[in-house]
Amino acid sequence: MRIPVTWLTEHLEFDEAPTPDQLADAFVRIGIEVDDVSPLGTVTGPLVVGRVAEIEELAEFKKPIRYCKVEVGGDEPSGIVCGATNFVEGDLVVVALPGAVLPGDFTISARKTYGRTSNGMICSASELGLGDDHSGILVLPGGEASPGDDAMALLGLDDTVMELTPTPDRGYCFSVRGLGRELACAFDVPFGDPAFATEVPEAEGEVHPVHIEDRDGCSRFVARRVTGVDASAPTPWFMRRRLMLAGVRSISLAVDVTNYVMLELGQPLHAFDANAIKGGLVVRRATAGEKLTTLDGVERALDPDDIVICDETGPISLAGTMGGESTEITGESTDILLEAAVWDPASIARTVRRHKLPSEAAKRFERTIDPALAPMALERAAKLLHQYGDGSILPGRTDVGLPELPGPVSMPIDLPDRVAGVHYARGVTARRLGQIGCRVEVTTGDDGTTFITAVPPTWRSDLVQPADLVEEVLRLEGLDSIPSTLPPAPAGRGLTETQRRRRTASRALAESGFVEVLPFPFTSPAVWDAFGLDADDVRRNAVTVLNPLEAERDQLATTLLPGLIDAAQRNLSRGQRDLALFHLGQVTLPRAQQVPVPDLGTEGRPSEAELATALAALPQQPLHAAALLTGHREQAGWWGEGRQATWADAVEAARTAAAAYGVTLTVVASDLAPWHPGRCAELRVGDWPVGHAGELHPKVVEALGLPKRTCVMELDLDALPLSDQRPAPVVSPYPPVLLDVALVVDAKVPAGELTETLRGGGGDLLEEIRLFDDYTGEQVGEGKRSVAYSLRFRAPDRTLTLEEATAARDTAVAAASERHGATLRA
Amino acid sequence: MSGANDVYDPKEVAALKPEALQEAVRKAREAFAAATDLDALAGVKPAHLGDRSPLLTARREIGALPPAAKAEAGKRVNEAQHAIKSVFDERRAELQIERDERVLRDETVDVTLPWDRIPRGARHPITTLAERVGDVFVAMGYEVAEGPELETEWFNFDALNFGKDHPARTMSDTFYIGPKDSGLVLRTHTSPVQVRALLDRDLPVYVVCPGRTFRTDELDATHTPVFHQVEGLAVDKGITMAHLKGTLDAFARAMFGEQSRTRLRPHFFPFTEPSAEVDVWFPEKKGGAGWVEWGGCGMVNPNVLRACGVDPEVYSGFAFGMGLERTLQFRNGLSDMRDMIEGDVRFTLPFGTEA
Repeated sequence: MRIPVTWLTEHLEFDEAPTPDQLADAFVRIGIEVDDVSPLGTVTGPLVVGRVAEIEELAEFKKPIRYCKVEVGGDEPSGIVCGATNFVEGDLVVVALPGAVLPGDFTISARKTYGRTSNGMICSASELGLGDDHSGILVLPGGEASPGDDAMALLGLDDTVMELTPTPDRGYCFSVRGLGRELACAFDVPFGDPAFATEVPEAEGEVHPVHIEDRDGCSRFVARRVTGVDASAPTPWFMRRRLMLAGVRSISLAVDVTNYVMLELGQPLHAFDANAIKGGLVVRRATAGEKLTTLDGVERALDPDDIVICDETGPISLAGTMGGESTEITGESTDILLEAAVWDPASIARTVRRHKLPSEAAKRFERTIDPALAPMALERAAKLLHQYGDGSILPGRTDVGLPELPGPVSMPIDLPDRVAGVHYARGVTARRLGQIGCRVEVTTGDDGTTFITAVPPTWRSDLVQPADLVEEVLRLEGLDSIPSTLPPAPAGRGLTETQRRRRTASRALAESGFVEVLPFPFTSPAVWDAFGLDADDVRRNAVTVLNPLEAERDQLATTLLPGLIDAAQRNLSRGQRDLALFHLGQVTLPRAQQVPVPDLGTEGRPSEAELATALAALPQQPLHAAALLTGHREQAGWWGEGRQATWADAVEAARTAAAAYGVTLTVVASDLAPWHPGRCAELRVGDWPVGHAGELHPKVVEALGLPKRTCVMELDLDALPLSDQRPAPVVSPYPPVLLDVALVVDAKVPAGELTETLRGGGGDLLEEIRLFDDYTGEQVGEGKRSVAYSLRFRAPDRTLTLEEATAARDTAVAAASERHGATLRA
Repeated sequence: MSGANDVYDPKEVAALKPEALQEAVRKAREAFAAATDLDALAGVKPAHLGDRSPLLTARREIGALPPAAKAEAGKRVNEAQHAIKSVFDERRAELQIERDERVLRDETVDVTLPWDRIPRGARHPITTLAERVGDVFVAMGYEVAEGPELETEWFNFDALNFGKDHPARTMSDTFYIGPKDSGLVLRTHTSPVQVRALLDRDLPVYVVCPGRTFRTDELDATHTPVFHQVEGLAVDKGITMAHLKGTLDAFARAMFGEQSRTRLRPHFFPFTEPSAEVDVWFPEKKGGAGWVEWGGCGMVNPNVLRACGVDPEVYSGFAFGMGLERTLQFRNGLSDMRDMIEGDVRFTLPFGTEA
């Protein structure tokens, strides 16, 4: 909220007034955010009150121009040209005479303009730095000053406007009253609570019948009536000035008074035109289908959750949010019913959101107001209407409902010390709690423990538990007085095995040329069509977001590929050609059966069964790794040709990630969208599938506008076993026997299987097997392939003879021949 | 071959004359010196050390000398031959060194040629920053705790002392999961991981929770709907706000250097009481060292402890949280949040693989 410093400090007794910067520092120190501190602009030179004696309309210009004779205290009125039209003869205005300098270094001098000599300027509020109101010149209420008076003091230009954002738990701080008390605590100076400055007389009966039907929505409703108010009475200058500096537009005395009292005390008020109300008032929830035209002229369909004030005709006000048009204060209203109520904060918040109707009143109700304040605020408002509008306050007062007042909170008196880790001086806790308005009592228990019991003031309903009292002591004593010490270090266990492996996988992929991306999980269902997924493909079964930022991207990805492809497309569109990207992230896989989430309550630890049910309601969210390659995997250069990324690089990326987990993947041919049916590898751990890798289907590549031969892999990292294997290799010092073998098999025999057969057949002596050539062509005949291996045999305990090695090789070949029909290549 | 001849005077045999031998040595020296490489040296070797060389010819004459003369003549020839041999060896050694040097010279390449056949990749700076934060806290005895991104409202709000009507629960702040009233949200902070840690672990609990979080902000230069946080939680007997301050100071020093420290400003969060905002003294701040808003913190609200089955009469705790994007933004002077989101490799590559 915006508030001028002179108003903020009005009720404080400083020995020496702090500067605005000192005030701002104090606010920050005690936890009120300061968004802005703006001194009003500097004005120097002659600035006086003038009375417009004569207005001559100059009609020959495109826009209305007035030549005015203005009495400014001298013998002769000054002739001043003015472009505004919102004043009449006799009005009091502010005149900057030649020699005056207005904010923004705007020097006023006598000058010729529109054919006349203008001896000064009639000022608007914004030209004086008093606000943003450009709508016309500033007209002062009559009777408050005389022509020639120094306007500087009258306008209070030596002031500073602070913009403050109290935290939402401190509703009382949205007022001069609350902020003043905060400053009093911060500076340890006396504070005169303005709420208690107005005497509230005993009422003589009710002033208007009010029935609260919905006690949850409204805990108190107070009304006062002022009749015979002069509808044309101007708002006094001090009030207009403060409202102006607070950023509130002046409307009429009645409306200005309600706003002024709200800013001063924190109680929002509503003024009804009493003559427009038909019969008694009822406070209730709206019924479905009811409508209300609010002050802004909008007809609103009410929700059964909205709280409304009704008369015999139906709803006349949207409680705490905005009044209705039918009972609005108009230029003719003289009979005013003032309302001050205590509304349920949550209901008001919902109404505001529902109708998109944020208001200053609702802001305060949402943050909880002082339930004891209503009669005092009403009295203050009524008296202002009496004083400045000549109204008569009727003797009756309606006051229905019974608001809940804060109850006592007890704590060991040293709790603040124990929470802060500070030894506060004796008596600090009691003093600080007293300072914020608590009634404080210190008692000693049977075991000698000293307790402090605080009954919070009516405006501090946020103080409900010892921690709340602790916070008050700590913040007022200053968080900067809390020392910096480390807690005793526990014996940590370091990163988990999974965390370390994940880091290794990420690092390994990066080191082998992949760049990590972190795409959003929001996915469009259209991508599943582009992927060519069957209608019943499980990956289409995605969790949906009810309020997505982009309507078409309302699913949470079941695979990392769409996000990865998005990132690739962005890079490609920016001119990148060779890409290797990876992403490690959670995917979201809905449960086959959606279980409702139980309400676990917050009174204590939920039971294990409840927790299990809650966790079972969550979709599975395994961690996946995915990679994408397009363009060159190896660059061309002075060394020669480059190499295009292929399906094999995608498989290798998966192996790299898996290797970081200590897992060796096996590969079998597969056919899964969106991969190329002949270039898709299923990745397995043992017989368990954990992912796929290969080249994208040409149709998918085309549909997604990707470069031809784009390759991807995706691996479920959570499915990789955490092997606790700790290999202890025995390294033979004996020489190896190296043998090569080329086998001709049917072209359909997968190399992976052939290799495994050879490895098995080679027995323990086969130390390493390496496929070094795969040939198809005339020399081996149609439908055949020749696969060449180099085999390394070695014995652990002796020098292996060629005969032994050859025998082992022959066994291996025999196995291949038996299992795959392999023959030795001639 | 001449036979023995007692009257034969070696001085009279021309080839054995000292002058002739000296001449042979001189010629050999000349010839070897003239050889400019090992091949040339090998070419001239037979003429001076071979079967037909003057010395070998001279040696053959010795047999014909009278026995008395043989010894002297033999000695003279031997000396001459040794002299030639050593000249040869010397020259050969010289030429070998020359050759070795030349070979190396000839093999010289331009080592400034580029080699980026497989360009290195990079990890996202948010990932490496999260790991670095994790390492700082692991070194302080913490453990890294993680949890799912899609959470129940209870973990994300209720257990953290958010009232049923708290504005953070609205659809204008939080992504809700279908169907309507499913009770599931995309977590708006990593705090649900703290709740899980308190429910899952034995006390005391010291955890740091990095992770991805979601709020319904439109993506622009300073906002992103998907971002990363790191939160810390310590729940133990006798935990104080001084411990919180000390931990934050240590964290700040680890992240921003020994000069760094933190400042607390009272604030409000549902899950902590007292609560504070954390400013960090950042020596490398643009425009000069200064305070930068870094995150939030406070003493764990007893209501949160109770909801997790921890007795607030016995245990107390602190918690804090920071945005990683924001941290990276001011630490590295990044002006546009979108660069961290879009995955442009030109942004990520300079960060390399480690923070």
